[in-house]
Amino acid sequence: MHLAQLNVARLLAPIDAPELAEFVALLEPINAVADAAPGFVWRLKESETDPTLTYQHDFGDELLINMSVWQTRDDLWNYVYRTRHLGVLQRRREWFQRTLEIASVMWWIPEGHLPTAAEGMARLAALRDRGAGPEAFTFKEFHEPVSI
Amino acid sequence: MNDLDAVAALHDPVRRALYEFVAASGRDVGRNEAAEGVGVSRTLAAFHLDKLAEVGLLETGFARLSATRPGPGAGRPAKVYRRGRTSRYVAVPERDFRELASLLAEVVGDLDAADGAIAAAARAGKKLHEPGGWLATLRDRGYEPYRQDDVVRLRNCPFQQVADEQPLLVCSMNLALCQGIAGDDATAELDPKPGECCVSFSKNKNR
Repeated sequence: MHLAQLNVARLLAPIDAPELAEFVALLEPINAVADAAPGFVWRLKESETDPTLTYQHDFGDELLINMSVWQTRDDLWNYVYRTRHLGVLQRRREWFQRTLEIASVMWWIPEGHLPTAAEGMARLAALRDRGAGPEAFTFKEFHEPVSI
Repeated sequence: MNDLDAVAALHDPVRRALYEFVAASGRDVGRNEAAEGVGVSRTLAAFHLDKLAEVGLLETGFARLSATRPGPGAGRPAKVYRRGRTSRYVAVPERDFRELASLLAEVVGDLDAADGAIAAAARAGKKLHEPGGWLATLRDRGYEPYRQDDVVRLRNCPFQQVADEQPLLVCSMNLALCQGIAGDDATAELDPKPGECCVSFSKNKNR
């Protein structure tokens, strides 16, 4: 099994606004860190050629969606909190709205499966509605894969 | 193995030197290397290393060490030692702030009060600053600083348990604390690496 994760953030300004310029400039180097990280499997991309583009979707223009797949929990944790990505995370208030909503979810997928954004958003909704369980969980309330 | 027994195993000075040697190396260490590093015989080193492994202060494995010893047996996997991951705590009488720290960190996160916590950490660091003494201060506080090229990295995170639970908050506080300790002597920056502290330092010029 592989670990899929989705996280969302609400932008403080349109993605092409000057307020977001520093964030957009970080997309390419930080995504490169992810792509090279141990245990990285896949991530959702808008474009194979332009690394500054964020994923386009129908969930609202101000909503930024990240989704990726990892071999293990530790692989994902080490990327999120033990690379340069941590510094970007600490600056989140500069670019994203503060929120009390749960903004990130994880779930297990069969190896080789590539999740869709709709699938990820449904997992996030499940986590928000029902709390953490085997189908949708977080680092703090982690669930090991259930054998089918 | 309880914590008191594990800590008591460090009473022997040779054993303690071996533990510190393996811990400071930050990687797998073979018996020969440890014996040479501490200046004791290989047999004595092996005895104490295995004692340390028995109480859980070291972990063991087998690895093919580089072919520094040609001839028969050179290709055989050798027993290697690395520092155990579990922390040991002894306080007499019992005092334990970990649970409390976890709860408070969670509350700070929920209240979105990280800015105040980071400012408090910066003030605490400033109080600890002694010009020219930042490396010694970091060493005393268990960060285990070591040099790598032009930067000083920290092998150990003294706040690991709470940092694992609230990395955004604790790593931000730790950066502020570390910058306070270094003062004008060095610049602390967030430079996380798996298994180590999240901060590294570059020395400031003319210091």
